[in-house]
Amino acid sequence: MTVIALHHLAHSRAGDKGNRLNLSLVAYRPELYPILAEQVTEARVLALFAHRGATSCKRYDLPRLHAFNFVVDNALEGGVNGSLNLDGHGKTQSFRLLELTVEVPPGLLGDVEVPVS
Amino acid sequence: MTFLLGNGAGFSGDRVDAPIPVLRELVARGLPAAMFFETLAERTIALAHLERRRDPNAGYEPMLERLLRPILADAFHARIPLLGNWGAANPAAGGRAVARLALGLGLPELRIAVVEGDDVTAIVAGGQLPVHEADEGLDLAAWNLIAANAYLGAEPLAEALAMGADVVVAGRVSDPALAIAPIMHHFGWAWDDWDRLALGAACGHLLECGSQVTGGVYWDPGFKDIPDPATIGFPIAEITAEGGLTITKPPGTGGVVNPQVVKEQLLYELHDPAAYLTPDVVLDISEAEVEQTGPDRVALRGFRGHPRPETLKVTASFEGSWLGEGEVSVAGPNALARARATADVLLRRLRLRGLPVTRARVDLIGLASVHDSDEGALWRAPTAYEPPELRIRLAVEAADRDAADQAAREVLALLCCGTAGTGGARWRVTPRILTRSHLLLRDRVQPRITLRTASELAQGELAR
Repeated sequence: MTVIALHHLAHSRAGDKGNRLNLSLVAYRPELYPILAEQVTEARVLALFAHRGATSCKRYDLPRLHAFNFVVDNALEGGVNGSLNLDGHGKTQSFRLLELTVEVPPGLLGDVEVPVS
Repeated sequence: MTFLLGNGAGFSGDRVDAPIPVLRELVARGLPAAMFFETLAERTIALAHLERRRDPNAGYEPMLERLLRPILADAFHARIPLLGNWGAANPAAGGRAVARLALGLGLPELRIAVVEGDDVTAIVAGGQLPVHEADEGLDLAAWNLIAANAYLGAEPLAEALAMGADVVVAGRVSDPALAIAPIMHHFGWAWDDWDRLALGAACGHLLECGSQVTGGVYWDPGFKDIPDPATIGFPIAEITAEGGLTITKPPGTGGVVNPQVVKEQLLYELHDPAAYLTPDVVLDISEAEVEQTGPDRVALRGFRGHPRPETLKVTASFEGSWLGEGEVSVAGPNALARARATADVLLRRLRLRGLPVTRARVDLIGLASVHDSDEGALWRAPTAYEPPELRIRLAVEAADRDAADQAAREVLALLCCGTAGTGGARWRVTPRILTRSHLLLRDRVQPRITLRTASELAQGELAR
């Protein structure tokens, strides 16, 4: 198994409503979708935002799009109008998600170049 | 026949030259078409209300004239109606601004519809409306209400088009309504044909953020490259009577329309994909599919609609506290140690002076900032990384403007009192606006439509 950041396998966009953050996660290739479904769990995504006081995370699965939607409550330290964060919208949080690593069988990596760490 | 819908702006502050290639393409295609502009976020409308308090003729989109001037005459002559929530806190003044522009362009017959009725400040000020679930736990009892606006649906906008409007100036309407209205008006679909309304809502959701469906906030060099990000073409949707929906963009522009970028926008700001609430329909995208059907062309299908909610969303804005911000830089050897020490000193200074700030945080920009917490969990964590440069940012919240200002100015004092090699101080104080969402029964809201030609509106203005 190769440990690799999601950034190599999937892409993401962040959105906000008040203090609620949503993060899409879209697999670059359909065959990666089951790997993401198994390993990118609600608990792991919530843990990414625990330091900011996030309280819950709900994952919605969209198998036809090979995508997921994560909804994280209280992840934005008050949101665009209340936060002291430079990015009150949380637009940059999609790349927090893409830092998360997963284990991928080498046969599924395709032409992904695995960074040497 | 296929109907074309273009988008010319995705937020207040978008590229003002973006509408030009979109309208040019709509005219060139020669099909029935409309174009819409979404320029009104929750925060934008609150700022617009404050502008209107300052000047009764202000409070509409400041870029309105700049967006419309290059395209208004061509749109009028091609009979392509333009819709927007440019009215913000003052749709009537926005309508008068369009009239002045039209007269200047020699278009006195341009028909301008002003859609009002979204301002429900009196209802919110007087009552105890239930709070939207995303804002539970937000206690704003101490804050002054600025204004409250209900998200109107597409019906008054479609009615304005039916009355013959060339330009529709609305205030707070749901973003998808700006797309649903011209589609429903063109095809004459029934307002309880939920699957057709869902198609319109999906189209609006995809287009409402402008370039976000054609490459904006998508490009990631080396991973998701797009042609010429400096000239991203804004989107055009093709809708057919059979319910087909294709997203494309004007030829000769930058950006890309592919399944990846369309998926990102489809899920943008969504919560439950099976229940995206709009005033006109509850949209279900959980079975949606996307398919590349040509260069920069993506077809979508599988949208389903459910009956619209009985309530409208209302966003109330309140005068908040003050935000004080100050920044300084360090660079070169030992930058991280100097930055961390500076951060600790800034927080200690606030305590030593007893400044009445309610919250404070420090960011080490270059190490951890936008991903960090108020407590600095990330920048305080041990790291082997030695950043070559760091910018230290102090941010405070205070009920009192002077306290915010005094706290922010602490970075200035670091030019003499700070660590070796501290420079580049900047500070500022900004008023904050707080928002809270409510739900309001739709029969409490009565939209009003006024249709006038540009010359009629201008005469009315002379009489004022």
